Amino acid sequence: MSDIAVRVEALSKQYRIGARGKSSGTLRDDIVSNLKSLFGRNSHGAGSSNAGSAVSVEPAGATNTFWALKDVSFEVKQGEVLGIIGRNGAGKSTLLKMLSRITQPTRGRIEIDGRVAALLEVGTGFHGELTGRENIYLNGTILGMRGTEVTRKFDEIVAFAEVEQFIDTPVKHYSSGMYLRLAFAVAAHLEPEILIVDEVLAVGDAAFQKKCLGKMEGVAKEGRTIFFVSHNMPAVTRLCERVICLDEGKLSRDGTAHDVVKAYLHSELGTMSMREWSDPDKAPGGEVARLRAVRVRAEDGESTEKIDIRRKVGLEMEYEVLKSGYKLRPAVCLYNEEGVRLFDSLEHDPAWRGRLRPPGRYRSTAWIPGNYLAEGTMFVNVGVDTLDPEVEQFYERQAVAFYVIDSCEGDSARGDYAGPFAGVVRPLLNWNTVFNPDGI
Amino acid sequence: MKPPRRKLIIENRSRLFDIDWSALWEYRELLYVLVWRDIKVRYKQTAIGVAWVVLQPLIAMLLFTAIFGYLAKMPSDGVWYPVFVLSALLPWTYFAQAITRAGESVVVNGRLVGKIYFPRLLLPLAMIVTPLVDFVLSMVLLFGLLIYAGIPLTWKVSTLPAFILLAMLTALGLSLFTSAMNVKYRDVGHAIPFVIQIWMFASPIVYPVSLVPEQWRWLYGLNPMAGVIEGFRWALLGRTAPDPVVMAESIVVLFVVLIAGTVYFRKMERQFADIL
Repeated sequence: MSDIAVRVEALSKQYRIGARGKSSGTLRDDIVSNLKSLFGRNSHGAGSSNAGSAVSVEPAGATNTFWALKDVSFEVKQGEVLGIIGRNGAGKSTLLKMLSRITQPTRGRIEIDGRVAALLEVGTGFHGELTGRENIYLNGTILGMRGTEVTRKFDEIVAFAEVEQFIDTPVKHYSSGMYLRLAFAVAAHLEPEILIVDEVLAVGDAAFQKKCLGKMEGVAKEGRTIFFVSHNMPAVTRLCERVICLDEGKLSRDGTAHDVVKAYLHSELGTMSMREWSDPDKAPGGEVARLRAVRVRAEDGESTEKIDIRRKVGLEMEYEVLKSGYKLRPAVCLYNEEGVRLFDSLEHDPAWRGRLRPPGRYRSTAWIPGNYLAEGTMFVNVGVDTLDPEVEQFYERQAVAFYVIDSCEGDSARGDYAGPFAGVVRPLLNWNTVFNPDGI
Repeated sequence: MKPPRRKLIIENRSRLFDIDWSALWEYRELLYVLVWRDIKVRYKQTAIGVAWVVLQPLIAMLLFTAIFGYLAKMPSDGVWYPVFVLSALLPWTYFAQAITRAGESVVVNGRLVGKIYFPRLLLPLAMIVTPLVDFVLSMVLLFGLLIYAGIPLTWKVSTLPAFILLAMLTALGLSLFTSAMNVKYRDVGHAIPFVIQIWMFASPIVYPVSLVPEQWRWLYGLNPMAGVIEGFRWALLGRTAPDPVVMAESIVVLFVVLIAGTVYFRKMERQFADIL
């Protein structure tokens, strides 16, 4: 038996633009285009499968296809934990969908040696009317477990999900936390040789995320091959030895987790503490607001990725309001390198809060005081919602990152202590010690 | 027990007619679970639950008897009209249900299709099986009525499963088309209920086949449900043997539809996840 678990060769996937949306491809359109192709050459090359290199030869404007993934090749050994990272739309999901046989490649091939289970979503197939017990069987079977296997692991699953009391209650009465726990618990007890996981850990509270990560680490240690796709860089570095990075459908990097993640965070825009979108069409945004830049600013206004633990740090986002008549709510959200969400902060500048904003460019900065964050890498998510009704305009995960450094000069919370320092924040508190030799 | 290890190759496959039988077999439990989920969910939060299964054909029977039997004086080959119409209504109700639900099976389970691999064929297949449960339950009503009418059951009853199978395969063959087509053209979902209504009157439910002029029988036989209903009446009421032309045609049409449906479904299947 070879020690290669998965071999991906020149894998490519082509989508027709609009084919994913529901609006296109009405019967009428297709009848018309079929008739056209019957009575003469039309511009839509009907056979995309045998198009070969013809795609690129087509005159500009006639092509309505794009490659979600192009010529991606790599091998994964048995027992290897491979992280897959990349920006939204880089082809990560497409790759996973092909690995898990949900969609077919346009070209290229994948060889898989072993039983595969794919976890692209927690709770796939869950039905609200069914009880927890019934859903465990339902979901387990959908994920590829045998009925006997589910029975064998049933108690373990229930215990992991911590829903013992409610196991015979329809899941529609569950809290969202319970629901997620149950859903993940079923998935976590799959025993495939190859496990494909997509962003599952982005759900649930911090405690549960930690539990999931722990479980994943356990699975990895058992020697199974894992594909792990995530935007959660800390989790990726923690779980994976090796990481590949996709960029616009191509494999841009392949190496150790540390190197690839670091390069990824520094890529495209020079420094990880600043990102700018010069092309407004590529900038994240909705109908009303569009993100144009995110920067980390030191006290002196310089954009920097190294922040002195004693100094305040500004999280700045620049965005464009495209339509008038909307109230906006910019927000930032800070994560540490363990993936713990430290806090969310909503803009509350009295000049703008609850007011309609005229179109134009805005710059909102949130200042985090000095002597507040702990040392380490911090990841910043930024977002803007429009209110009444609440609509997300953009939410850019890990838009920027920065390091908090303690130079140990004695005036930070460390004082002159240089050892390991736990805690997610590190405030410099006012201490007051009273001495009274006769008792207080 | 682990399933035997085999190397899986994923690539752009474009053979015309290949059903992965081993995959279907491997996922048989999923078929069972899909059927079980559907049955379980359907009668939750209903006050009279399973009684609906009997109530629907019962009311339809009364209505048809009143309108066609009593008012229109429709001939029924000398059989008491309520029995005559119910013996056709039950397989027809099964067929209509199977077609309706199987037709939307892929679209309704779009999330599943987009997130998990399994043989997609299981979706219409499961929806062909579920209405069978309703059908069997409602047969109790029919047998009750037969006893009441004093119509003796003969050995012919044992041929019923063959006709049910005919109905199932017809529904499956057709649903392979509609369920796959529905993914791309939601028009199909709108058309199905309408087509079923028309189809009902093109089938010998409220009238006997003998009413169809001899020279048009061959055309009539192109409707496989005509064969199924003829078979039901023969097996249960035992008056006239099914018209051999109608039966033979029904079976031929059935196989053509089934094979063409499978090819079409397999061809379209590859795009499901991309479109849904």
